Amino acid sequence: MTIQVRIPTPLRRLTDGADEVSIEAENVGALIDNLEAAHAGMKDRLCDDKGDIRRFVNVYVNDEDVRFLKGKSTILKEGDEVSIVPAIAGGAL
Amino acid sequence: MSIVRALKCRECGSEYEIAPVHVCEFCFGPLEVVYDYDALGEGFTRELIESRPQNMWRYKELLPIEGEPTVGAEVGFTPLVRAKNLEKVLGVKELYIKNDAVCYPTLSFKDRVVSVALSKAVEFGFTTVACASTGNLAGSVAANATAAGLKSYVFIPHDLEVGKVVGAGVYDTSIVAIEGQYDDVNRLCSEIAGKYPWAFVNVNVRPFYAEGSKSYAYEIMEQLGWKAPKHVVVPMASGSLCTKVDKAIKEFVKLGLVEDAGTAIYGAQATGCSPIARSVKEGTDLIHPVKADTIAKSLAIGNPADGYYANRVMKESGGWSEDVSDQEIVDAIKLLAQTEGIFAETAGGVTLGVAKKLIEQGRIPRDESIVICVTGNGLKTLEAVQDQINPVRTIKPSLKAFDPLAEADLAANK
Repeated sequence: MTIQVRIPTPLRRLTDGADEVSIEAENVGALIDNLEAAHAGMKDRLCDDKGDIRRFVNVYVNDEDVRFLKGKSTILKEGDEVSIVPAIAGGAL
Repeated sequence: MSIVRALKCRECGSEYEIAPVHVCEFCFGPLEVVYDYDALGEGFTRELIESRPQNMWRYKELLPIEGEPTVGAEVGFTPLVRAKNLEKVLGVKELYIKNDAVCYPTLSFKDRVVSVALSKAVEFGFTTVACASTGNLAGSVAANATAAGLKSYVFIPHDLEVGKVVGAGVYDTSIVAIEGQYDDVNRLCSEIAGKYPWAFVNVNVRPFYAEGSKSYAYEIMEQLGWKAPKHVVVPMASGSLCTKVDKAIKEFVKLGLVEDAGTAIYGAQATGCSPIARSVKEGTDLIHPVKADTIAKSLAIGNPADGYYANRVMKESGGWSEDVSDQEIVDAIKLLAQTEGIFAETAGGVTLGVAKKLIEQGRIPRDESIVICVTGNGLKTLEAVQDQINPVRTIKPSLKAFDPLAEADLAANK
């Protein structure tokens, strides 16, 4: 199924400037692999040596952080929106 | 003279030219401003600093702007109060409150970071500024932007205290409330910042913004008579202040402005949102994001971006972390008000509550200098204590009506 993925500014060099791309995937892990296939260099940016999502990368499925779902095993369905957002510090302290 | 060298990734060390960027393109790590301290030479002395006006810009060489500030030129130099009454209650020898509840102009520590961020935004040529905020930052961005002739947007969670909403809206900013928690606001703002050409103080100009926090610790050291404290208790939301207090102390030691006192840094959180405190107490450096649920809304960041670094600062400095319940927060707000006459917001209650706990646990010794960081004003979070004050007694405007009341108080030895 086709998933819309929002791409943050630091990664748009890999997508020819596109802020959104369409990717086929069954779950978040596959989505990252398929992103890599379509836009080489993505996986290194998103995942560490062990293949885990990097500490400073947040991946959201329909506005929910995948750390609160099933991480890379989080199942995706048609029409889901995925957003990749660099972690940022707060408006508080 | 600016001694800023570059932006450097805290994770992989890649360096970038000074620009409105906050994330490493290679590993997504956060970027931090780094300086060429040697370029300062011999001229940056205590005497030079003391000769300057009493505001945060007396340390301007260590803040990341070019030339003079264009926004917030009067911010900072808030009182460091020797808390004699509180010392007695807590049974400690030397206790200070660094009181940013009276920071100019919007009564929170946020004026420090905002004046750096907006001065930098003006340098970069931005005309619209914005922020994701739990309240204090919204007010500060709105006020300072208006004064500087900048347009502003502030994004807040929908359930903020009235004082914080009005305290931003009055400056004619565009307030957008988000149906969600602060972490949702943060994420949305990160996406907006990727689309609109605005200076988001805590997104694309965050590396500069965060440096403003250092002025808080510089002042503490100068006000202690050019000494670093032995113990500092800092409130934590993202964990940023914790890391910047550490950086500021190390800079002053490196520049020979203070002696190394081996300062231990302690982080305070509310139990209802304590991902960083938990990581320290559990002895890990993994921060598990949480869904925040606390009255200390200004600290309610469930996914703290600087948590990992704050954790490391506490460990390496010999500090620790604790958290307190909502009731303990309220009790601490009242304790501070009723001993020192300082009305702190909920975050201040968290910090004092945690300090008290750490002293009772023996983690902070009773005979060494302790600084408690109060970063916001209680008038903005009245909801937290409004049901817990002494009852108001309403009487007719006559002495006859007042006398029995006074007699009753006298009898009750009030």
